Amino acid sequence: MSTTTRLVTVRPGAARQGARRSSAGTIDRPRRSVLLTVLTGIILVYSLIPLIWLVINATKTQSDLFSTFGLWFGRDFALFDNIARALTYDDGIFLRWFANTLLYVVVGAGGATLLAVLGGYALAKYEFPGRKAVLAVIIGAVAVPGTALAVPTFLMFSSMGLTNTPWSVIIPSLISPFGLYLMWTFAAEAVPTELMEAARIDGASEFRIFWQVAIRLLAPGMVTVLLFTMVATWNNYFLPLIMLRDPDWYPLIIGLNQWNAQAATAGGTAIFDLVLTGSLLTIVPLIIAFLFLQRFWQSGLAAGSVKE
Amino acid sequence: MTSTIRRTGRRVLIGTAFTGVAALALAGCSGADAEVDTEAVVEEGGTITVWAWEPTLDQVVEDFEADNPGVTVDLVNVGTGIDSYTALQNAITAGNGLPDVAQVEYYALPQFALQDSLQDLSDYGASDLDGTYAPGPWSSVQSGDAIVGLPMDSGPMALFYNKDVFDEYGIEVPTTWDEYLEAARTLHEANPDMYITNDSGDAGLASSIMWQAGGTPWTVDGTNVSLDLTGDEGAKRYSDLWQTMLDEELISPIAGWSDEWFAGLADGTIATLPIGAWMPANLEGSAPDGAGAWRVAPMPQWEEGEVTSSENGGSSLAIPAEAENKELAYAFIEYANAGDGVQTRIDGGAFPATVAELESDEFLNAEFDYFGGQQANQVFADSSAAVVEGWQYLPFQVYANTVFGDSVGQAFLGDTTVADGLADWEETLKKYGADQGFTTD
Repeated sequence: MSTTTRLVTVRPGAARQGARRSSAGTIDRPRRSVLLTVLTGIILVYSLIPLIWLVINATKTQSDLFSTFGLWFGRDFALFDNIARALTYDDGIFLRWFANTLLYVVVGAGGATLLAVLGGYALAKYEFPGRKAVLAVIIGAVAVPGTALAVPTFLMFSSMGLTNTPWSVIIPSLISPFGLYLMWTFAAEAVPTELMEAARIDGASEFRIFWQVAIRLLAPGMVTVLLFTMVATWNNYFLPLIMLRDPDWYPLIIGLNQWNAQAATAGGTAIFDLVLTGSLLTIVPLIIAFLFLQRFWQSGLAAGSVKE
Repeated sequence: MTSTIRRTGRRVLIGTAFTGVAALALAGCSGADAEVDTEAVVEEGGTITVWAWEPTLDQVVEDFEADNPGVTVDLVNVGTGIDSYTALQNAITAGNGLPDVAQVEYYALPQFALQDSLQDLSDYGASDLDGTYAPGPWSSVQSGDAIVGLPMDSGPMALFYNKDVFDEYGIEVPTTWDEYLEAARTLHEANPDMYITNDSGDAGLASSIMWQAGGTPWTVDGTNVSLDLTGDEGAKRYSDLWQTMLDEELISPIAGWSDEWFAGLADGTIATLPIGAWMPANLEGSAPDGAGAWRVAPMPQWEEGEVTSSENGGSSLAIPAEAENKELAYAFIEYANAGDGVQTRIDGGAFPATVAELESDEFLNAEFDYFGGQQANQVFADSSAAVVEGWQYLPFQVYANTVFGDSVGQAFLGDTTVADGLADWEETLKKYGADQGFTTD
């Protein structure tokens, strides 16, 4: 969260000036702090170990998984065999779950971002009665965890006959109060009202101003919101858990949990090797999306600072 | 059932989730309706949805569809145990999206039965199946005068032990719990990496041990629930033994069903398991490296020379009261749990609940390669016949089991004693029961 707050409230130029003024050193010759280095190192190791563990253990056979040291490779290198089996186990249901997850993310998170951008821009740049009330509602909505709304949402969707369909996951995902709030604050800063007035004088319609002027300035904020909603939708567990009953509509996270639970049932076979490989495959697209979107994020910031 | 009695019964209870408790207890009139003519029903055909996670049902469904071309069975795994109950409870609350058949474990049956959420199968002819099932599972599906499910499998307790480990350290197979404790000490002393068993606070195991010890830590009579986890003899025996083993660090703290657990079973560092008779299929599938090392023995006894046992797990197939296609659903569960489906499931590694199969030579003489050729079913069948009668599950056992870790489970972390944990659990359950509209004492 802190990165985002800084992103929207502190202009990059200001941040750089602040850094120069401080006695900690300069950007070019930062002062070294042993304590800080050690602390950062600990946090780095703490964050990376689960990932390293996952990567290493996804290469093991189930029997190596049980009998060899967790943070080093086993006797056999079974990664490709594991991947092949994970993709084909139970008639290739993993691929189906993968496609479902993509659907929920593209439509859900994409739609949530679009709505947040449109709403945030409108709230920031247009005067209309009830704006304060909308703000209060949004702030309130940010405070209510999605989990608390899941059961009421379920009952509502159930009476509409939408449970156990992809819509029951997509529609609630379309709403991102935090994303809207973020876009609102961001739009207020990033789109100068003077620029909009200039465009109006040139005869551009409000629609054209949004699509041709504002949206470019909003890009860094949009990418941030997209990343947030994407991760939230990709990792959303509770909502699909109660909405969906048919494994054919499960997202990956629910499906993997079902594979994991299979070990603990009478007559069920433990497939921890496939659970691990599946988990690894599940996080790969998120990592790619992060690396890809980060470029836009940075270039967007730079564009903003040059303009100012 | 008469509607007046139903309505009076409803008024007795405050808790919304458990309305209908008294109705079931009071309304003795079972349906004199025509029994289901299953042949005609399957002839007519149709589609039913079955919510179950039991792996051998795949084959049963396939066979049932092959025998009855007009019938489609949509077998859906909506999750295991508690996940599936959440889904079922949600569907009941919402009033739609219900399956026609649901797999419900015995411990969870009372919770749904007391809400009147399950069809009384005696209306459909299930009363005729009296005598078909072993007494333990059969009594588990009774709720008042209603039969709320057909037993699918059972889990008479037995002691699974690693013979290689026992031989290596010169340990005799314990026949009493005193000997079991001695074996635990000998083993752990000889090799500190080895433990007699593992437990990180398993409510199901605790219940089974208390049950075998002759305990009735809770009894249910209509809306009256009596809880006695501090003074009950069975609970006391459990807590004394487990406390001693915990104090001397003889129990491995590994949680059941984890990868570490299967690893421990495969390499012998967990030397025994007191668990239900459905375990062989899990061992074969999930701890293949332990093949040949394991054997099965009767449960250790509390008094020398006794023959007592209890059940651990086991589930039924039930029909929600508001299901759409109840007649076809009944035809299916009768096929699966009393008809040809039983043998199919045994062949797939399931442990039956039906007397005929439990007593058949083919079943009793089956040799298990995993157990070095041992005829393990003989041990399980003897256990099934020795199950202590009179055990009941709480009408909120699902909840009770989920909060076990918060109270008794703390003893496994050394934060409290088993006895204090049980007292704490009792308090929690009394309060919860009262909140749900039960009279608890």
